[in-house]
Amino acid sequence: MDFINQHIQEIYFVIFCVFIGIEVIANVPAILHTPLMSGANAISGVILVGAIIVMLRVPADDYLNLTLGGIAVFLGTLNISGGFFVTGRMLKMFSPKK
Amino acid sequence: MYAIIEVGYLIATLSFLGGLKFMSSPKNAKTGNLIAALGMVLAVVLTFMAAVTATVPYTNLIIMLLAIAVGTVIGKRLSDKVEMTGMPQLVSLFNATGGGCAMLLGLVEANQMDPFTTILGNKILLIAGLITGAVALTGSIIAERKLAGKVKDRRSKTVILSARILLGLMVLLPVLYFFGIIPIGFTAFMYVLAAIAMVYGVLFVLPIGGADMPVVISLLNSITGIATAFAGFVYGNKAMIAGGIFVGAAGILLTILMCKAMNRSLLKVLAGTFKKSKNGAVEEAQEIKEISISETALSLSFAQKVAIVPGYGLAVAQAQHICGQLQQLLEKRHVGVDYIIHPVAGRMPGHMNVLLAEANVEYSHLKEMDEGNENMEQYDAVLVIGANDVVNPAAENNPDSPVYGMPIIRVYESKQVIVMKRSMGKGYAGVQNDLFALDNCSILFGDAKSSLQEIVNQLKLI
Repeated sequence: MDFINQHIQEIYFVIFCVFIGIEVIANVPAILHTPLMSGANAISGVILVGAIIVMLRVPADDYLNLTLGGIAVFLGTLNISGGFFVTGRMLKMFSPKK
Repeated sequence: MYAIIEVGYLIATLSFLGGLKFMSSPKNAKTGNLIAALGMVLAVVLTFMAAVTATVPYTNLIIMLLAIAVGTVIGKRLSDKVEMTGMPQLVSLFNATGGGCAMLLGLVEANQMDPFTTILGNKILLIAGLITGAVALTGSIIAERKLAGKVKDRRSKTVILSARILLGLMVLLPVLYFFGIIPIGFTAFMYVLAAIAMVYGVLFVLPIGGADMPVVISLLNSITGIATAFAGFVYGNKAMIAGGIFVGAAGILLTILMCKAMNRSLLKVLAGTFKKSKNGAVEEAQEIKEISISETALSLSFAQKVAIVPGYGLAVAQAQHICGQLQQLLEKRHVGVDYIIHPVAGRMPGHMNVLLAEANVEYSHLKEMDEGNENMEQYDAVLVIGANDVVNPAAENNPDSPVYGMPIIRVYESKQVIVMKRSMGKGYAGVQNDLFALDNCSILFGDAKSSLQEIVNQLKLI
């Protein structure tokens, strides 16, 4: 019950997101499915925010967790930067020429 | 300060939504990508600003800034270097990094949280995020290796059985743990789960066949999204929840779409099983007609409308650029050229469109299967390059065929079909193609790239 009390807003939010997400994504034409996937992939890199939040709380002498957290931040960044750059590169090819 | 950060997350969430919305037209998609990217940068920068208000040790800040700098540079370099044919591998790789981030986040967070005051629900969410992240990490790496041709399918009973046992353990162990039956610390328990989930990720992708890769990539993508949403839930961070759910939704939609396009159920894909031919494969001898390169060039140049049906064979032969040349030559002669693209042409959803866009084919010439089928009678000639199962009429009229029920491009309805083939080999599904025996179908034998090159040369002379 504690859990429901703490998270009721998020539960509403998740349900709305599911429906809005499906609605918006179903409109993407098949031509753009690869950029859609790589763009979505980049968006899932928002997990980086979580990695930063947890890194802010790791004690400065906890070397194991600093290392793991550091790798997490690195991987999250790689996901975001690579994902958006490569999507941009693909979409540039789809823009009308001339 | 707190309010500013919250507003920032709100803007970031809206930018993700807007970015995806803009993806619905090729013209605006570039803007959409930029909007989503800016929203992401905003979310990350604002999270850092929280560090300014709290007192965070310099060590942590330096490590993070360093990791972000290196990650950005490497990400940019990888995305600049990749060939368009290698796109599925790169997307899998980036997906693995997202999963890895989610897994590590779970491990570090488990160590930071107070196991006595943290409520059960949050621990479960953390476990769910850890497991999904770990599965996405190793699953995507195996998928990447498979796409690169480095790892073969393993469909042995042991692999499938072990995968099922591990899946059971991932559900059972947390239950036992929370009833206090497993007497270890929460952090240690999380390490055990991470290890199991990583092994499961490997075993989960190993049995899946090469032709089913578009399904797996979509599925793994959606798993990473769900992992992100779990983590967002733990922190009550709406930008993370929204981002994760949108990605999860996109992945699942594409998974369903790919399954439908192949007429395969997700369960069969995951088990790596194929439908067997019922009557023990009745192979009738087919009478086929051959066509020469000059005849092909001639009939293309006298046509009014030509359609090209590209399959992955086109990409393997690296023939998409010559294909673009052929189109330009034909258009100079006022022959209309369209490409009709099956949803599973390529190694990931929409892959063929990207390959053709790279060869300077305008997107207005790229037709989806349904649109192509509606107008099929208008085409005077259809050139099938490196595709087989997706044009097999047996999918419509032979209930015994393994491909029966799969939606196909009905090229047989056009006036003339020319199939470019290396030899009389079979497609992925290993079935005879009834199309070849039809009256309006002829076959041009040879390597796709060199045949196309010769057709182009001939057309220049005509």
